[in-house]
Order: sequence, then structure tokens, then C-alpha cells
Amino acid sequence: MADWADGRLGIYSLAKANMRKIFPDHWSFMLGEICLYSFIIIILTGVYLTLFFHPSMNEIVYHGSYVPMHGIRMTEAYASTLEISFDVRGGLLIRQIHHWAAVIFIAGMFVHMMRVFFTGAFRKPREINWLFGFLLFVLGMFTGFTGYSLPDDLLSGTGVRFTQGAILATPVVGTYISMFLFGGEFPGHDMVARFYSIHILLLPGIMLGLVVAHLILVFYHKHTQFPGPGRTNKNVVGMPLLPVYMAKAGGFFFLVFGVIAAIAGMFTINPVWALGPYRPDQVSTGAQPDWYMGFAEGLIRVMPGWEINLWGHTLVLGVFIPLVVFGLMLVAIAVYPFIESWITGDKREHHLLDRPRNAPTRTALGVAWVTGYMVMLLGGGNDIFATHFHMSLNAITWFVRIAFFVGPVVAFIVTKRICMGLQRRDADKVLHGRESGIIKRLPHGEFVEIHEPLSQDQLYSLTAHEQYTPAEVGPSVDENGVERKVTRGQKLRAKLSKGYYGEGNQVPKPTAEEYKEITSGHGHH
Amino acid sequence: MSSQEIPEKNLPSEQDTAHGAVAVAEDPFADPGLPPHKPRIQDIDERAAKRSERTVALLFTLSMLATIGFIASFVAFPVDKLVYVWPLGHVSATNLSLGLTLGIALFCIGAGAVHWARTLMSDHEVADDRHAIEATPEVKAKVMADFADGARESVIGRRPLIRNTMFGALAMVPLSGVVLLRELGPLPEKKLFHTSWDKGKQLINMNTNEPLRPEDVVVGSLTFAKPEGLEEDDHEFNNKIAKDALMIVRIQPEDIKDKHELEWSHEGIVAFSKICTHVGCPISLYEQQTHHVLCPCHQSTFDLSDGARVIFGPAGHALPQLRIGVNNEGFLEALGDFPEPVGPAFWERG
Ligand code: HEM
Ligand code: FES
Repeated sequence: MADWADGRLGIYSLAKANMRKIFPDHWSFMLGEICLYSFIIIILTGVYLTLFFHPSMNEIVYHGSYVPMHGIRMTEAYASTLEISFDVRGGLLIRQIHHWAAVIFIAGMFVHMMRVFFTGAFRKPREINWLFGFLLFVLGMFTGFTGYSLPDDLLSGTGVRFTQGAILATPVVGTYISMFLFGGEFPGHDMVARFYSIHILLLPGIMLGLVVAHLILVFYHKHTQFPGPGRTNKNVVGMPLLPVYMAKAGGFFFLVFGVIAAIAGMFTINPVWALGPYRPDQVSTGAQPDWYMGFAEGLIRVMPGWEINLWGHTLVLGVFIPLVVFGLMLVAIAVYPFIESWITGDKREHHLLDRPRNAPTRTALGVAWVTGYMVMLLGGGNDIFATHFHMSLNAITWFVRIAFFVGPVVAFIVTKRICMGLQRRDADKVLHGRESGIIKRLPHGEFVEIHEPLSQDQLYSLTAHEQYTPAEVGPSVDENGVERKVTRGQKLRAKLSKGYYGEGNQVPKPTAEEYKEITSGHGHH
Repeated sequence: MSSQEIPEKNLPSEQDTAHGAVAVAEDPFADPGLPPHKPRIQDIDERAAKRSERTVALLFTLSMLATIGFIASFVAFPVDKLVYVWPLGHVSATNLSLGLTLGIALFCIGAGAVHWARTLMSDHEVADDRHAIEATPEVKAKVMADFADGARESVIGRRPLIRNTMFGALAMVPLSGVVLLRELGPLPEKKLFHTSWDKGKQLINMNTNEPLRPEDVVVGSLTFAKPEGLEEDDHEFNNKIAKDALMIVRIQPEDIKDKHELEWSHEGIVAFSKICTHVGCPISLYEQQTHHVLCPCHQSTFDLSDGARVIFGPAGHALPQLRIGVNNEGFLEALGDFPEPVGPAFWERG
């Protein structure tokens, strides 16, 4: 059988390279797996939903089994979602698994991306895979949004209206995009059908391709690892795909699926029957999108309503600026690896991960970004905070406005200091050993804490990271005495490089000489 | 690599000072290499291994039982049965039982596999070499040469006419696809500038579906209205109401601060678009003392006693007002369309 397949597919050669491929182990490497598995779960449950869902905006009067909605006009999309929820045995469960998995999928990608960022796993040769992952994150948000809109219930319709209003704010082409997307004026009769094909075919198709490419690249590059005894930039240490990794990863799929199924069984998500079908003139209070749209929601909530009317045109800055900021915050993720590699000028491959503390500026930038993101997420729920904590909406709005600018700066400074402190502690540990917690009284009465020397493993692990020296602009005159032109780019680069690696931006690693001097001087305390 | 896995001989207490001194003499931070494998209890003690085996088998068996439970729940519970379960409240029996049994069935497979991998499968760490991704200069040179050969044989370089027309053709052909997209929707034209309101159209109460008389609008209440002739079962109802939705309140004329607003009112009854000028949510909350209305979406607040100007929140301009009067039969009627587009602002709005 295997021989038969080999004669046609060459599976032996494939297996030779991959069956015993080594995968390193670390808890944070499971984050990507969570994303992959929830994606698979979403596809499985999504296909099931397509068997019952009617992507149509034809209106009917409801007479199904959910009594509170009797006699109400609604689209077939909404009616079929009620049917899935109340008439199809297990239909509600599949809907809930689909939605929970979507929420977890995007949260998983977010955290996975942070792991990759803070450990520097995006460096050469993995920049392209970073971009693939980034695209998956962005497309995941849009897929989630289009799916959320399909049931055509009051909550999701309000979200679509919000989006349409934001589209209208786009200068010059806004009204055209809106008309073309909705097939006329909002809400029109095409939205559900169009979102449906985008949601179940277009975006998942692209995403499936990206996921496969992402995984192929992970295989091809081999996984990164943290430095440690025997783990170098030239090898990968771990256990073979078959059997250990297969069992662990395969098992983990079932764990993730099991947990999501149980959550979906117990906790209702998006009870579309509670509020009724969408009507453009009706709304519920406390309307909230899924979490991954909360950041955009926050931007749009706290932005002052600026509008500029000139020459018969309106520039709707109050909505357009949030749209642009939203885009820029995402673009910042996409381009970061290229900026960092430009600053370091490092063309080597990096397979060893950084501990976040050892890259203080990068870590601080990441935390600053996350802070800005979280502030806006908070802004997206400003009304909820106001009612729950009895605060004035105005105060919260101003807090968010100020915190969006100040928070990241503070976060940057604090994070950098923490990283530097941790680096200093590492250096101390290397030079003076680990604090043992045992206090000894010296003959002349002084109390000292005994420091235990570190093992060779620890010494190595704590000193294995590389430290860059800041790039120099170089002399303005070359070796022949001819004036050298220093471009503005070079100057900027030298400046940034100093900010990343200059004095005060990293703690120099202890040198062998320092270590020897100290250890030979005091002996072992 | 956690500290428990550090091999004994590398622990500080085990370190032979003489040996350590030698290593330190060369490079105190040298890579000591992969630590030796440390056996697990299951590697040494067959009884422990047997226990692990039984645990794994038990988990897989539990999964089978849960699947049977799933099928049983599927058959047993009517789809509309509700049960009270603390602390979840009243939940669908089918949904809860199916979710939990499926969850257990899946989880136990996963737990079994992971336990098996952790306790019984070999846990020897192995090192694999990495190979440079970049090709060697020879390979690069060969590929470039092959490419040059191919390009030469295609004569594309010598016959620019072919090259240029080909690029032209390839660049143009996607235009057909773009042109087809034109059918996605109509042009905006002036569509966003008009609603169904017009001179003489009566204001119909949204709740009762009856024409409104001035005396129906009492101080302190918010009334919603639609234009006469628009019915809920109209095919275009949603598209129309998205722009036509009207909000009516009665304010003592002396409390109306905006002169223009007063002119367009009928004895203090004022009618404004219900669609928020921010991004288009319908406004729904009214504070009768202050005559403020609030959009629940992003909390834009408008002062209906002062031209519905924005007093808080992200909306960029006031709500458009509809000029109203009373017709011969004593019903409220519109005296024209809104003077400006309703809803969110857009480029052509001006
Ligand atoms: C790839 C990422 C995907 C995400 C993030 C996602 C997310 C969502 C969300 C949040 C909903 C709303 C569910 C609700 O509460 O009612 C939804 C609905 C739906 N999705 Fe997906 N989905 C994805 C892929 C798919 C795929 C691949 C299919 C089918 C092949 C699919 C089919 C459906 C259908 C039919 C509905 C409407 C059913 C209903 O709401 O009852 N989805 N999706
Ligand atoms: S839509 Fe009304 S405040 Fe945003």
C-alpha cells in the first residue's frame, strides 16, 4: 500500500525528510497550534451551518417554533438562523462552536503574534511568514465581521450600519464603495448574499492558502528555539514529529476542540433571538461588537466629530481619522521586522529566540503598541464602564483620548526600565551567583547572604544572547580625504540604532575576564 | 529547559571544583552541550508505566462513553426542552448535553494522547542540524545562467515589439473584470440627498400606524414617525425607513433657542431625523427636562431645543430638521423634504 502510493506520490522521500523532523518544545509554541485548530474547527462547523443557513434577504413573516417572534417580519437569513438555533438538533451547538472558535481563533492569533514579536522570531529568514501571519490576522477580523453580519439580527445589522457609515466617510470614493458594496442604498437586498460568499468562500479560501503556506514555511525554516545548553543557531533540539510531536499536537487539537465544545454547550454567545431582526430604525442599548472589533469601535467613539466643509465637499475627519489610524496600527505590525532589520543591518539568519528583556527597545515598542490597542479597546466599551462603575462618560472619553497618546509613551519607558533591570539582575547572577536565601554571619558580625555559583548550563543560557553595537554614520571624509556624502537615511539609521543599542539601552553582558576576576578574587564566597 | 531537568552533575553542589576550574580557565560561558537524558519514573519502573497505560486507556474509554452519551442525548431530548442548571440558569437540554458530551469525548482523546506522549513515548531530545537557506554562489550563478539562456531563447530581448505588446495586452485584460464590477450597484448620484418626505405627506405614528395630530404629541415623550404611504410590508421598507425615520417632540415654544427651529416647528412640535449623523444608528433615548436625545451607539448627544446641535460625542453635525405644519384635516404633515442629507456625512455632502 505504502509502496503503491510511493510509486505515484514519492511519499518515502517526503517522509524521509519529515517523519522524524525535530520540533522544540515550549509552552508558547502552542499558541500557533490553538489558531490552527480553531481554524479547522471553524471550517468544519461552518460547512455544517451552510447546510441550513439561507443567505437571503427575502422577507417572510415568522411562524416557526420560537414563539416570541411569531408574526414578525424578518429576512430568511434571520429566520434560518432561528431555525438552526431552535429546530435543528445540535444546530445551536454548532453555531455556538463556530462563534466561540472564531473569537478564540482571533484572540489566539493576537497572542501568537505577540509571542513571535517579543521573542524576535520574525527576524530573517522568517519575515515573509510574519507577513502571512499578519494577513491571516487581518483577514480573520474581516471574516469574523462578515460572519457576524450574516444572521441579519438587530445587533449585527447595527454593526453593518456602523461600517457603512464609516465607508461613507472615505473621501471622494466613499459613496461609490457603499453603493457598490450594498448594491444600492443601505441596507439594500444584497448584503447577506454578498457577505455570505465573502465569508464562506473568498476569505476562508485565501486564508486556507495562507495557513498552508504558513505551515510549509514553519517546516521549511524549522522551528526557532530558546538558547540553552546544546541549543545553537545551527541546530534544532527537541523531539521527533513521529511519534511525540504528532501525539502531543494531535492530542492538543482534541483538547482545544473539546474545550470549545464544552464552552459552547454551557455559555451562550450571540443569542440572535433576544433582540429580533434588523431594522434600520431600531437599536438596542449597549450594542457591542465582537472583541476584535472593539479597538476600531473605541477609535470611532472617542474621536471628536470633526468635519471640514470646503468647496462643496465634506471631509469627515471625525470618522475618517479613526479609519486611517486603524489601518496604520495594523500596517505598523506588518512593517516592523523590516524596520528592525534595517536598523541593525543584520543580514544573518536567526534561529535562536531573544528573551524579551534582552531586546529592551523592541519589547518596549511592542508593549507601547499593545497599550494603545488596549486603551482603545477600553474606549470601545466606554458606555459599559460608565454604567458599571458610575463614572461620567465624558471623563472616560477624555481619559481614553489622553491615555491613547500618553499611555504608550509611559508604557515604553517603564517597559524599557524593567527590561534593563532584569538584564542587570542576569548580569549580577552570572558574576556573583544566585541568591541562596541563606544568611551567614561573618566573624566580625556582618550578615551576608550566601550566593551560590550558577551551573555551567545557567551561565551559558544567561550569556548566550548577542548584543549589537550601535551603527555609526562613519567619518564624513573617506580614507582618501574626499568628502563622503552622508545621506539623511544613514543619519536616521545611526540615530535609531543608538536608541536601540546605544549606551543606556542595554546592559553589557559580563565578560569572561570580569567573571574570572571576581570568581578568583573571592573564591566561592 | 526548566531547572528540574538540569542533569545532576551540572548542579552547583555536584560540580567538581577542579573540573570547573579547567572549564572556567578557557571560557566560563562555554556551551556545555546537551544535558544527558534523565529517565522518568515510567522508564525505570514498569509498574508506573503500566499505570500510565491504564490511565491512557481509561481516558480513551471515557471518550467512547461520552460519544455514546452524545448519541443518547441527541435521541432522548426534545429539541425545545429547557432545563434549569445552576449556575447557568435555564438552558436548552439538547445544547448543554450535546456540548458537554462532545466536549468530554474530544477532550479525553486529547488528554489520553498527551499523557501517552509525555509518560510512555521516548523523551530523548535529539538535535537536528540546520542548513543555510541561501543557495551557494555556484548554484546562484547556474540559475542566473539558466535564466539568461531561457530569456535569450525566447528572443524577448531582441524583439521588443513582442515584449511591449504582450505587456500591454496583459495589463489591459484585467480591465474587463474591473468593468464587470460596475454592475455591483448604482452610482450614488443624488440618492443620499433625498428621502420620501415631501410637501403634504402626513406624519404616521410608528406605533399605531395612524396619522398624528398635534394633540397626540405630548410634552415629555418621544414619538417616532414615518411618512404616509410607507408600509412595513413594502419591499423597500428597510431602505426607506433607513432615511425617513423621524423623531418628534413637543417643546414649549419659549424654550426653543434656535429661531429657525421654531419657525419650522408647529406650535413647539419639532421633527428631526432619527438617524444619527455620526455613522447612522437610530437615536432612541430622550431626556425630557433638557430635551437632549442620545444615540446609544457611541453616545452622541443632540440638543433638540437648540437646532439639534451636537453637545457631546463623536457626531459631526446637527440632526436635520423636517419642516412641519398641519393640514386641513388637522393632521401633522411635512412641508417639504429635509433640507440636507440625513445620516452620516460623506464627501459630496458639502
Ligand atoms: C475563517 C474564519 C471564520 C470566522 C472567523 C467565522 C466567523 C463567524 C461568525 C462570528 C459568525 C456568526 C455566528 C453566529 O453567532 O451566528 C459566522 C457565521 C457563519 N459562518 Fe463563519 N467564520 C469563518 C469561516 C467560515 C467558513 C469556512 C464557513 C463555511 C464554509 C462559514 C460559514 C458560516 C455560516 C453559514 C454562518 C451563518 C450561520 C449562522 O449565523 O447561524 N464560516 N461565522
Ligand atoms: S452612530 Fe450615533 S453616535 Fe455613533
